[in-house]
Amino acid sequence: MGFALILPIFIVGAVSVATRGAYGGFDWGFDLTGYRQIMFNEGWTGEMEFTAQYLIIIFRTILLAAITTVLCLILAVPVAYWIASQPGHRKSILVFLVTLPFWMSMILRVYAWMIILGKGGPLPRFLGLFGAPEGMTLMYNDGATLAAMVYTYIPLMVLPVFASIEKLDGTLIEAAHDLYGNRWVTLRRVILPLTAPGIASGAILVFVPALGAVLEPILMGGGKQMMMGSLIQLQFGGGRNWPFGAAIAITLLTVVMLVLIAIAIRSARREMKQ
Amino acid sequence: MNRHHNVKRYPGLGLLSIAFFAYLYAPLLIVVLYSFNANRITSVWTEFSFKWYGSAMNNSALMAALKTSLIVAGIATVVATTIALLAALAIIRGKGVRFRKLSETVVNLPLLLPEIVLAVATLILFSLIGLQNGLLKLVIAHSAFCTPFAFLPIRARLQGMSLDLEEAGMDLYATRWTVFRRVTLPLIFPGLFSGAMLAFLISMDDFITSNLLSSGGTTTLPVYIFSLIRAGTSPELNAIATMLIIGSILLATIALSVAAHGQNNND
Repeated sequence: MGFALILPIFIVGAVSVATRGAYGGFDWGFDLTGYRQIMFNEGWTGEMEFTAQYLIIIFRTILLAAITTVLCLILAVPVAYWIASQPGHRKSILVFLVTLPFWMSMILRVYAWMIILGKGGPLPRFLGLFGAPEGMTLMYNDGATLAAMVYTYIPLMVLPVFASIEKLDGTLIEAAHDLYGNRWVTLRRVILPLTAPGIASGAILVFVPALGAVLEPILMGGGKQMMMGSLIQLQFGGGRNWPFGAAIAITLLTVVMLVLIAIAIRSARREMKQ
Repeated sequence: MNRHHNVKRYPGLGLLSIAFFAYLYAPLLIVVLYSFNANRITSVWTEFSFKWYGSAMNNSALMAALKTSLIVAGIATVVATTIALLAALAIIRGKGVRFRKLSETVVNLPLLLPEIVLAVATLILFSLIGLQNGLLKLVIAHSAFCTPFAFLPIRARLQGMSLDLEEAGMDLYATRWTVFRRVTLPLIFPGLFSGAMLAFLISMDDFITSNLLSSGGTTTLPVYIFSLIRAGTSPELNAIATMLIIGSILLATIALSVAAHGQNNND
């Protein structure tokens, strides 16, 4: 069964070092062109020329995924705390309401943001009231991608954070106050450290799919604002360059693995301290 | 206790949370609202009309995509739920199962890796074995990534169930199969049902894998919607979106309430 775990990675890895097929696809062989292409462009005479475009995409992917995770966290903690403080019946309805959009089609949730930010949409028109130019669009930039990503992934952050806040022992908060900790100190020194496991799992649940986002950068970012996911999709979609697409996929996987390992080590350290 | 002196209360959270729920639902509401706009240009309101619903219903490409999605999701749901049930029974109930943790990780693998990586791996695998049939490719791929969504509620249900009733059944000379059919299956049914519903919704929703694997004649609904969006928004799209939103709300409500109901009964 362990084989099944590494099979997809193995397949993608093998193709990432294969050669490009004459008509799309790939031919078996060993060739690092796919990886080299991430940093170098081959000139007419075969000389290697450094190119930053794909490194920028990799950097943008990590940055946008990180910002998405932080924004989701900032929104999720207070909301989760408030939901946890509600009486039983209302609490389950609110949790249900957080879950519900997640079961709606992803492409439609992104599409809704295309309408909101697009030309003549509610937001540009609202900004028009304050002198924004007529017919402006807020689409096709990293901010638009970010808006759709935060929106589509936020339920994945609220739920685990809520679960760990709910388990929080309320007497500890009271104890903090008895020891003259104000609300801010209590939040920082008691509530947040105790909900760290929920925050960590929420961060993984948001960060990993955000790193692999495909729809948001394609639809919201337009052709030029790519992320790793949309770049992979592009290389495989038209059968354009499978080895290069696979090399990007392996790079993406490496980033994901590094993040998961870093979080695992952190939480292991925290447990050892306790 | 006077609410102002309740130290667990943080002022302003209620307002913030209400704003959060507005943020969560306003975009969907806007799509629904625009679907009733008679104007061809979505963003300019003229008058209330159902006409885009009519034209959506008469759109044969849309109906073909819906049919493909329903066939794929239907088969994938049955396959994924069956595999998930067997896996859950083996992992939770099986005696002397080695690598329990590893087995669970394998079942849950699609949840841990970005979907695009698995989609690409599937695409390469199918091209290696030379699988040409578009529908078959979709069914196999969907069955695979839907399995963990069916697995999680079933496992939760099995774990929360005490062995007493099954043992009582055995004591009354029921065979293993009879115990499974008359005791275990009815008890885990809520988990099974909501798992199947979630698998169905996940399959219906999938874009990334379907888009890479789809070929002419096997366009699924999200892939078709994607092509509509790329072609420039058609007002029909809002009507399609609204019908899908309502469908998802219904299915998710049923699935989640069956799961919640089952949990309460279990306590």
